[in-house]
Amino acid sequence: MNTNDLKRLAPAASSSARSRGAADAFTERAIDEGLVDVAVATMGSPIGELFVAVTSRGLVSVAFEDESRDEVLERIVRQISPRVLEAAAPTDEARRELEQYFHSERRSFDLRIDRRLIGEFAWSVLRATSRVGFGELATYGQIAERIHRPTAARAVGRALGSNPIPIVIPCHRIVGAGGSLTGYAGGLPRKQTLLRLEGSIL
Amino acid sequence: MCRQAAEEARVSRSSAGKPPFQEFLEANRATVYRFLSVAVGPQDADDAFQETFLSALRAYPRVREPDKLDRWILAIASRKAIDHHRGAGRRALPTDDPPERPVHDPAPPDPRDPLWAAVRALPPRQRVAVVHRHVLDRPYAEIAELMGCSEQTARANVYQGTKRLRELIA
Repeated sequence: MNTNDLKRLAPAASSSARSRGAADAFTERAIDEGLVDVAVATMGSPIGELFVAVTSRGLVSVAFEDESRDEVLERIVRQISPRVLEAAAPTDEARRELEQYFHSERRSFDLRIDRRLIGEFAWSVLRATSRVGFGELATYGQIAERIHRPTAARAVGRALGSNPIPIVIPCHRIVGAGGSLTGYAGGLPRKQTLLRLEGSIL
Repeated sequence: MCRQAAEEARVSRSSAGKPPFQEFLEANRATVYRFLSVAVGPQDADDAFQETFLSALRAYPRVREPDKLDRWILAIASRKAIDHHRGAGRRALPTDDPPERPVHDPAPPDPRDPLWAAVRALPPRQRVAVVHRHVLDRPYAEIAELMGCSEQTARANVYQGTKRLRELIA
């Protein structure tokens, strides 16, 4: 017997294919046993692939797949937990509400929010932003006033730029002083698409 | 500082440079499966695979040394394989029915291959050492680390196991 013969018992390509099914079964058991701290999934949308992350406390992040997925994952690992797994079921509710929004069947979200990626000041900004409803707009200055920091328009802009839960926390509804569509972490075309969907711009 | 903040600070320190578990799973699943399908046999490989990664997931937030995760998971798989044999004792021979396979299995191993019976006849530690050496081509120093023994013991296990296999196959 040549010792290399042992390799034929577990061909590399076959192991790779079969381990995929075993990995899926593992993920299901991990969810059942409550070991998945952060479940992630991707979904299609009119503004490109979205990456959705959910914890036991609620929705923790929505990211534009192509731009900020890796950055968000790094923050999740550092600030929440490295026990991150791709799993559809725990993200069902978030994905369903987002889909309804994109199909114009929903104007506000009922999802619970996990704010662990949001700092204190940013949370005050994003909470005020959440009160700007579907089809409405507000300026950076107005948000600054609403949080009683009237001179902090620039800091408000930065807080909105680092919003870890875009769309659901509608930072796209905040515009420049003259109503100009300045700045969006996901890029201006996405901001335009969202505001068009809401009928706020033509 | 509240307990939760202390906990988060601790996680943050030990999570530096660690990949999300999904990435770690993807990077290692094929090798772990390959190891287990010989070390515990194709019928029990799925179960041992799940047990291995569940143990890893439980301990993952506390793991240091993110650059050694590939060895860490094989060390867990080695313990599972050895425990598996102890728990199972002498198992009944598998039936002729090959285990269920994914549809696109490129080159499934043949369950009737006489090598299986020979491998199955090895004592657990020899079997695990032989798989690390001759299926995964690991150096002795690493096998020793994976199995928590001296390099000399690792060499002895591989040597005895290989010798026994040759006798059984001859």
